[in-house]
Amino acid sequence: MTEKKYTKILLLGSAALKIGEAGEFDYSGSQAIKALQEEGVKTILINPNIATIQTSDHLADKVYFLPVTAEYIERVIIKEKPQGILLGFGGQTALNVGLELFRSGFLKRQKVEVLGTQPQAIIDTEDRKRFIKRLDEINIKTSRSAVAETVKKAVQTAEKIGYPVMIRVAYALGGLGSGVCRNQTELEELTEKALSHAPQILIEEYLAGWKEIEYEVVRDRADNCITVCNMENFDPMGIHTGESIVVAPSQTLNNHEYHLLREIAIKVIRHLGIVGECNIQYALDPQSDDYRVIEVNARLSRSSALASKATGYPLAFVAAKLGLGFTLPELKNNVTKTTSAFFEPALDYVVVKIPRWDLKKFRRVSRKIGSGMKSVGEIMAIGRHFEEALQKGLRMLETGAEGLVGNTNLHFSDLTDELKAPTEERIFAVVQAFQQGFTIKEVHELSHIDRWFLHKLKNVADIAHDLTLFKKQTPPLDLLKRSKQAGFSDRQISTLCQTGVKTVNAWRQEQNLHPFIRQIDTMAAEYPAQTNYLYLTYNASKDDIGKPDKPPVMILGSGAYRIGSSVEFDWCAVNSGMTLKALGCQTIMLNYNPETVSTDYDQFDFLIFDEISLESISEIHLKLRLQGVVISMGGQIPNNLALPLQQAGIPVLGTDPRQIDNAENRHTFSSMLDRIGVDQPEWKELSSLKDAFRFAGKVGYPVLVRPSYVLSGAAMAVASNDQELELYLKKAVTLSPEHPTVISKFLLNAKEIEMDAVAQKGEIIAYAISEHVENAGVHSGDATLVFPPQRLYLETIRRIRQITAKIAAELQISGPLNIQFIAQQNEVKVIECNLRASRSFPFVSKMLKFNFIDLATRVLLKQAVERPKKSSFELNYVGVKAPQFSFTRLEGADPVSGVEMTSTGEVACLGDDFNEAYLKALQAVGFRFPFKSILLSTGSIESKAELLEPVRSLQEMGVTLFATDGTAKFLRKNGLKVKRLFWPLEKKSPNVVDYIKQGKIELVINIPKNFQQDELTNGYLIRRSAVDFNVMLITNRQIAMRVIEALNENPTFPLCHKSWDEY
Amino acid sequence: MAGEVVFSTGMTGYPEALSDPSFYGQILVFTFPLLGNYGMPAGDTAEHFLANYESSSGQVSALIVENYSEYYSHHSASTSLAQWLYNQKIPAITGIDTRALTQKIRESGVMLGKVIIGDEDVPFFDPNRENLVARVSIPQVQRLGSGKKRVLLMDCGSKHSIIAELAGRDVEIIRTPWNYPIRDENFDGLLISSGPGDPAKCTETVEQVSHALNADIPTFGICLGHQIMALALGAETYKMKYGHRSQNQPALDTQSGRAYITSQNHGFAVDTKKLPQGWTPLFTNLNDNTCEGLVHKSGRFFSTQFHPEAAPGPVDTRYLFDRFVALL
Repeated sequence: MTEKKYTKILLLGSAALKIGEAGEFDYSGSQAIKALQEEGVKTILINPNIATIQTSDHLADKVYFLPVTAEYIERVIIKEKPQGILLGFGGQTALNVGLELFRSGFLKRQKVEVLGTQPQAIIDTEDRKRFIKRLDEINIKTSRSAVAETVKKAVQTAEKIGYPVMIRVAYALGGLGSGVCRNQTELEELTEKALSHAPQILIEEYLAGWKEIEYEVVRDRADNCITVCNMENFDPMGIHTGESIVVAPSQTLNNHEYHLLREIAIKVIRHLGIVGECNIQYALDPQSDDYRVIEVNARLSRSSALASKATGYPLAFVAAKLGLGFTLPELKNNVTKTTSAFFEPALDYVVVKIPRWDLKKFRRVSRKIGSGMKSVGEIMAIGRHFEEALQKGLRMLETGAEGLVGNTNLHFSDLTDELKAPTEERIFAVVQAFQQGFTIKEVHELSHIDRWFLHKLKNVADIAHDLTLFKKQTPPLDLLKRSKQAGFSDRQISTLCQTGVKTVNAWRQEQNLHPFIRQIDTMAAEYPAQTNYLYLTYNASKDDIGKPDKPPVMILGSGAYRIGSSVEFDWCAVNSGMTLKALGCQTIMLNYNPETVSTDYDQFDFLIFDEISLESISEIHLKLRLQGVVISMGGQIPNNLALPLQQAGIPVLGTDPRQIDNAENRHTFSSMLDRIGVDQPEWKELSSLKDAFRFAGKVGYPVLVRPSYVLSGAAMAVASNDQELELYLKKAVTLSPEHPTVISKFLLNAKEIEMDAVAQKGEIIAYAISEHVENAGVHSGDATLVFPPQRLYLETIRRIRQITAKIAAELQISGPLNIQFIAQQNEVKVIECNLRASRSFPFVSKMLKFNFIDLATRVLLKQAVERPKKSSFELNYVGVKAPQFSFTRLEGADPVSGVEMTSTGEVACLGDDFNEAYLKALQAVGFRFPFKSILLSTGSIESKAELLEPVRSLQEMGVTLFATDGTAKFLRKNGLKVKRLFWPLEKKSPNVVDYIKQGKIELVINIPKNFQQDELTNGYLIRRSAVDFNVMLITNRQIAMRVIEALNENPTFPLCHKSWDEY
Repeated sequence: MAGEVVFSTGMTGYPEALSDPSFYGQILVFTFPLLGNYGMPAGDTAEHFLANYESSSGQVSALIVENYSEYYSHHSASTSLAQWLYNQKIPAITGIDTRALTQKIRESGVMLGKVIIGDEDVPFFDPNRENLVARVSIPQVQRLGSGKKRVLLMDCGSKHSIIAELAGRDVEIIRTPWNYPIRDENFDGLLISSGPGDPAKCTETVEQVSHALNADIPTFGICLGHQIMALALGAETYKMKYGHRSQNQPALDTQSGRAYITSQNHGFAVDTKKLPQGWTPLFTNLNDNTCEGLVHKSGRFFSTQFHPEAAPGPVDTRYLFDRFVALL
């Protein structure tokens, strides 16, 4: 330990979850805070991501829900005067802004020390040129790339790098113009073509097919260095590691390669002077031990979160301690509690990480995966065999796959193409290729996936084939055992054997074939572990743990983060568990998402890192005799299990699962509303297409179509005519054949309102009402939420309260609930009801400083609870929750929000009034205020009219106006000065797209006329260019109005920077 | 086949482990469940030592794994692990819960075991009662390489990587049998190699080492060599409950405070209580505080319980060979 004693440290968060920067930074930030707490250091946290655990009152000493930008951080530093700042725990966001503060000299002026890795070392890793130079100094090979604007420059560059080279084109729809060139002729041909529609191209060394390997390295200030974990990508070079299936530890490296790369990692990290944690990525030639260092991330990363969970080594916690000046030998291994933190974990299991994509939610997006990241979350599966972990993992994705095989809904029109140029479904194509007679060699040549992995996949296909031989029978014991050991689920076996899942399950029980509970101990059983970090496996002969002292309560986590379900449900699950612990329960967390705090092994009495399924929960219940299961905190996956669990005789805490089913089933729910006299949009359950047309004819278009049991609007759509209706119905029905589809009247110009509440035995104990800024039609996950509501009639609120009370009573709700309403004037209709915690629970809990989850959990345990005092609900401030979109990452996707949710994260900021909170929230998701130029393309005449006065005020504030044809005419007619730009498809100048590309426009307001359209329109091209060239974009009329209104007050930026507790 | 059942927690490097003479007489259990993934490399000979193996044949009595990979994939592989074992006449079993087995050994200590094929039962065999070193050492003196200085490598079952480390440092190597009378040779430094079994059985080697120490010849002991050196000083060794067989053992340099990840393979350890004056521990194990090395205050004699030559395992402490060669 150094003599220096820190008392106050500033920690930067990563703001909203986005593609490439997700929940892993809640995990790393939370661990850092815990580490600082343990040393008695006060933590100041800046992070507007209100749904995170790190922004809870039990962690950081002071929380600022502010944009993670230099202007706000500077204010906080001046106010708080921290001695040090941690930059490595908030992803690239924190790192970039930290460097900005370092470069401007601000940190030095304020005497704020950067803890851990020093800025110069960070710059060495971030600046490509410097990075190559620094590694050259110690003769370490790096991959080379360079930008070229001309064919001549391209040829020169390629000669320097050496053929073959890879050509990439920036901002090309569908990767147009990218490719491999093996010689100068090919290069000239391709670059000429590429440069005709892009200003520059990237030329890089061609390493496709090389193995991609990562190491997580930890170093302290005394130069002690360890590599905690290595990982091998199943998908070789060419596919971003965030898009790859990743296996830990490496499986196809021999001792020489493993330690060669390990030695280089240590050498590089010492040379760069990293203190704390970092990640190093390599390409490794599969034919020799030739390698390239691809990059070094001098911070905690997605991979380090994965490595932490894969090994049990708390990387973020240790990194924070090293930042304070500790050395590794001074720290203990927190799993064994007896051995040293200076060691390298030995695994006796294999870990598989699989990304989760939601590409089908986006219109027009390219589904090809490659060097850019598109996935929105990931899962981690643990097994003692590779096949076991892989198949578990594929089920964990919850994308409908039963495992690697036995899936009925995956078809590939061109297997060869799918193997060569993969989409997110390639792994299924590999197995289908085997089934169609492709050899391992052929699949390898197309995909470059290592033959060892392919062989393991083939094993699974072979077992599946054996299973299919037992048509309508149960397989013999040895085959059943072999299947279970290879990770087949009962359901998967039943599909392959064409029998019922219950039959397979009963047969398995009869044969007494059960999984065993295994412990992750970081030392491969060499030392006993003191923590209960567990998983299930059929490749074992005994359990590592005995029955707990008393029946435990198990909380079901949220599974993979995806659009519609992310960190907010982790917050709920963790908070629920904390209350359970406080009430004296033995707690078990069941979750498999490596990016979460809930999967920290020290959070609960037991962590079971495994599938959240009826099968796995039943097996756990058999072994541990659960007191009950909490299904209402982890979002829709646990919620869907309520009824099956009850039917299997497993106690479910809270509202009776039959009532949950009544709320989930649109048919029963709607009938119930009719019965208790609660209004709802007209609806009908669909039996045929003809019925649908008849209904639409009766109520009039537009109509909303949605299947039962949905989260985040999957397969939900608005149809404006018969043709659209037919199209969407087909989509909805194929997506979920088991549940009925419902059609309802879609109301225009209505307000949408959220009710979050906790009820006990049918009586509402606490509630919070928030209003949407956008009119109904924007998915609630994409909507801007205001709390407390600012523009609702008291009468509307009264009616909402009454309806909520009626529903709670009718369904005898005991636990959390969320109801969505739409209101026109004072007419209130229910559109959705969930008997579980919702996305907005952390938001309203933190706004009210009253923990709804704590209350709900007490209700689940049938504790006597009191209503919160009314006075605490009278707020002198306003909170606004705003969505974060990740369209920049999703090549080609149409950046417009609708009934399908497309945002990947959210932030919330507080203010003395709505305008202040709103502008701050927008800044926190990337808006830059004030701006000087704006493009208007405002769609329908109503939109144009409504926006007229706000736009006039913008002009008065000195903002330059640009507009497309119709909007320009309209504005001019009304006396505004506006420059008219041609539509993208008109190909005439001055053209909108050129102006956007040239940075002449700072904000684009484009209000689409229709709800859905798939063709390449002018509107799409405008929106897409805005996203591609990092220009602010607004596509919703209400948002446009409120932003302009707020700016009209002439606020000074940065806005007020009060901390949470100062409100 | 019978032997002493021991476990190793290394996750890679099975060709090196299986051919390491220190495992002679032992039934090796791998805690990492997947084995055989990258096959077995060709045994390329480079000047009397193999490039990819630690000796010219398989040394373990038997192998126990959880999930053998029938298919292997690697550019350097020439055969499968199963084929290699077959050629070496080493029995192996797959499908065993090696974690449960490891826990049993951890709780009860290493134990004798046997792998029975069919009905052919065999008696138990306790390798620690034998002088295993005599079985794995070489029959006569070999002279390898060339260089300004000469190192006498006392081969108690030396790994080829130790020879390779020396050969790469511009020295001539006199590789001698375990009980070779070293006073007949003219050399600048003595390296006592690793090897199998109980160091107390190597009384003849201990005598030779005493001579070298008395003659003030720079001496470096590795693993068994370290234990033999301790015995030559008059210190004692003891059998550990289940030893250290892994690639992740943390060793703290007691002088600099720096720590290193080391590769280890030993069932006996040195008791530091009876060290003569002038000798101190050079390294200590951060997990259990066992002795990981000795050094004389002159710096001319030192030893490590771990394997600075690695193979398999991390190469962080390879610098110790530089230190040794610098003493010559």
